Amino acid sequence: MWTWFHKLASPPHFYRLAGRLAPWFGWAAFILIVAGLYGGLVLAPPDYQQGDAFRIIYVHAPSAWMSLFIYVTMAVAAAIGLIWRIKLAHAVAASAAPIGASFTLAALATGALWGQPMWGTWWVWDARLTSELILLFLYLGYMALRASIDEVQRADRASAVLAIVGVINVPIIHYSVVWWNTLHQASTVTKMAAPSISLAMLVPLLVMMVGFNLYFFAVLLLRARGEVLRRERNAGWIREVVRA
Amino acid sequence: MSLGQFLDMGGYGGFVWPAYAVTLLVLIANVYMARSAHRRALEEALRRAATEESKS
Repeated sequence: MWTWFHKLASPPHFYRLAGRLAPWFGWAAFILIVAGLYGGLVLAPPDYQQGDAFRIIYVHAPSAWMSLFIYVTMAVAAAIGLIWRIKLAHAVAASAAPIGASFTLAALATGALWGQPMWGTWWVWDARLTSELILLFLYLGYMALRASIDEVQRADRASAVLAIVGVINVPIIHYSVVWWNTLHQASTVTKMAAPSISLAMLVPLLVMMVGFNLYFFAVLLLRARGEVLRRERNAGWIREVVRA
Repeated sequence: MSLGQFLDMGGYGGFVWPAYAVTLLVLIANVYMARSAHRRALEEALRRAATEESKS
């Protein structure tokens, strides 16, 4: 188990493996997202209350879900890097941050575009929206902190601490619609026991969510490859890789 | 359903389509940025490998 783990965490092995895996994740994600778009925009019936505006859910909910999923991925990778001193884990955490920030931005923008016709306002300082905005600042703070420290190892350690402390915001975002019952509607997907959404509406949403997840893995692998190359630029194995 | 009706989205087209556009933009931009970062790192590594070889 440990030898396998160390082999996986060795930069040249990871670089090759990531290069092989990324296209598979990428194409699977592409197919699922196209199918999800068709299901969400064409097959799903309009909502009886929200009309066609509800279709924003197919880009809003997966973006918001990814903004949380990527943050946890980043924090776990940073923790692994901090505890076991695995450089590859830090490279993965650093690669996840800009992807997560972009999904947080997408979640906020699509949320505003949904809020305006449904609530009559682009923005409200409600618990869900505010905690999601704090998530964006956590991502940006993490990236700014990394950028401000020249020495890679110190940047890794300092930013890892920030990422781990920031995890506390994730359950706050998730439960915000339960703890503070304000404008934002409650979750549609997780109420499996009493589904509040019809299958024709639910299936495209799940397809989109899986598609977004696979998409994230593809982009993360691609980014982490670049990050590993950048960090290991003087290592001997790079010459073998680039010559090939 | 006509194309015009589809684009109108029951009157919500002005909100639905920008939401989809923003999200697709984020998806495309991420792939583009990841690729260009990888290419830059690879070029840098190639350059270093070339200098190493000319030295030895």
